[in-house]
Amino acid sequence: MALDRLFRRRRTRGQAREVPELWVRCAACEAQVYRKDLEQALWVCPECGYHHRISAERWVALLADEGSFEPTTGRVRPADPLGFVDTEPYPERLRRYQEKTGRPDAIHGGRATVGGVPTVLLVMDYAFAGGSMGSVVGEEITRGAELAAEENRALVIVAASGGARMQEGALSLMQMAKTTMALDRLFAKRLPYVSILTDPTTGGVTASFATLADVIFAEPGALVGFAGPRVIKQTIRQDLPEGFQRAEFLQKHGLIDAVVDRRQLKEQLVQTLSLLYPGEGHGA
Amino acid sequence: MALEFERPILELEARIQELERTASEQGLDFSEEIELLKAKLDRLQREIFGNLTAWQRVQLARAPGRPTTLDVIEALFEEFAELRGDRAFADDAAIVGGVARFHGEEVVVVGHQKGRNTRENIARNFGMPHPEGYRKAMRLMDLADKTGRPFIAFVDTPGAYPGVSAEERGQAWVIARSIQRMSRLKVPAVVVILGEGGSGGALAIGVGNRVLIMENAWYSVISPESCAAILWRDAKEAERAAEALKLTARDLLRLGVVDRVVPGPKGGAHRNPEAACRELDRALVETLEDLKGLSPEAIWEDRYRRFRRLGVFEEV
Ligand SMILES: [Zn+2]
Repeated sequence: MALDRLFRRRRTRGQAREVPELWVRCAACEAQVYRKDLEQALWVCPECGYHHRISAERWVALLADEGSFEPTTGRVRPADPLGFVDTEPYPERLRRYQEKTGRPDAIHGGRATVGGVPTVLLVMDYAFAGGSMGSVVGEEITRGAELAAEENRALVIVAASGGARMQEGALSLMQMAKTTMALDRLFAKRLPYVSILTDPTTGGVTASFATLADVIFAEPGALVGFAGPRVIKQTIRQDLPEGFQRAEFLQKHGLIDAVVDRRQLKEQLVQTLSLLYPGEGHGA
Repeated sequence: MALEFERPILELEARIQELERTASEQGLDFSEEIELLKAKLDRLQREIFGNLTAWQRVQLARAPGRPTTLDVIEALFEEFAELRGDRAFADDAAIVGGVARFHGEEVVVVGHQKGRNTRENIARNFGMPHPEGYRKAMRLMDLADKTGRPFIAFVDTPGAYPGVSAEERGQAWVIARSIQRMSRLKVPAVVVILGEGGSGGALAIGVGNRVLIMENAWYSVISPESCAAILWRDAKEAERAAEALKLTARDLLRLGVVDRVVPGPKGGAHRNPEAACRELDRALVETLEDLKGLSPEAIWEDRYRRFRRLGVFEEV
């Protein structure tokens, strides 16, 4: 802890900027964790099991076989079809998120193999406008499903989203139908689709492609639902039950296949894909 | 209960009526005054209804007296047999549906149902469905496919119900499934946005080969009030949000989200539902006619292409 304070002070003096802090405070239990340990544990707190949010690049590194990833997203950039202005113009908002994340919109993905299974892996980026789905996210998910169908790949999507993007109005809503319909291209080829729900996934993403997978996993404690808890609380004017809309609650209500600890996720994903992917054994 | 911006019109109408009554009761001739007032009324109506703001249209879409799904079914269809229940949990009164006859042709019909008064609205949960409502809709989509009948859906909901029970029973899951089921229909599907098209709860029965919208109806990713609460942190900014969201019939036509605007009567559909229904009747007949003769595969492909092209972005 003393070390932590030392580093903090140095950081405020602006010297240790490039040196990542050695200690990190868990966002849930506030335990001080040695950064290297946390990284090794895939950003799951060794004290309380809290799953910290990780970047889209980290997700790819976690799930794709080493050296197999080849990005396909990033060639589609958002526009401003409504000329939307709230407290700031939408294009300015977009520019800010683009600078922060280094990508055109809230999605990152491409071709990869997962446990040797040819896959299209798509990861939503919560850091970009809360992972909201507008035209670009909808188009990338659609193209991802089409690419998987075309090249006989499984589809894996890591979801994280506050819902549809308000600044693109009804066009965002239409992405729910578009992405849903694209998934049907996988049927003709009997290709599996696995969805991984992370904290939080709500609104239009949950009410479309994210919950239409053959197999649905969720991270421990992830909040997943249609309406956000604040909206529900306002509607019913009552406190929400303990653990409401959390991954464990979803499993109890039969909405997902399993709550999977991030440290076991790759293994479980590989097993699932290898069992579902059309192989030489039968089917094909 | 008049909307604020219609008040000058209603007041003028009341004055004309009163003058007409006085004239007939007392045998006096006020025809000149009445003609003048009627001309003024006409100008006023044109002025107000020719310059409606998006927010005023949202209010018109919610106005009591505007034709609901059951009103439209009664006005347009020769026969209607309501079918109830989702065969799993309950019957959701916020969604109605069944088999019907439309200009001699059998069709399957589904729609959100709001109440026409407070008591009805409570029974129908203000047109906000639970998962069982969408399961009922899907059951009727199965029926349309099995019998080869066209599927007609009327959209009129503030949104799917955001409550604990709905979430426990997988509201998001069932909306996604309903979108998927509807997109797979092998029969022509025509959607009419009657009043409110509130987000995913509307889209769940909105995946049509053609999507029509009544004048002064709205269709959006989020209600103006919720949008204002999030982006402006003040629900009272709903007027600005309504403008920004481009949720009116004309805007949606320009964006390709809807295919046809059904013109409404002067003064709004709530003041002349019969006229609104007549216009809708004509639009529905023509739209169904357009989709006739397509093979099941072509119908499916047509719908896929319609939604595949939606979205605006730049290619790098
Ligand atoms: Zn912890």
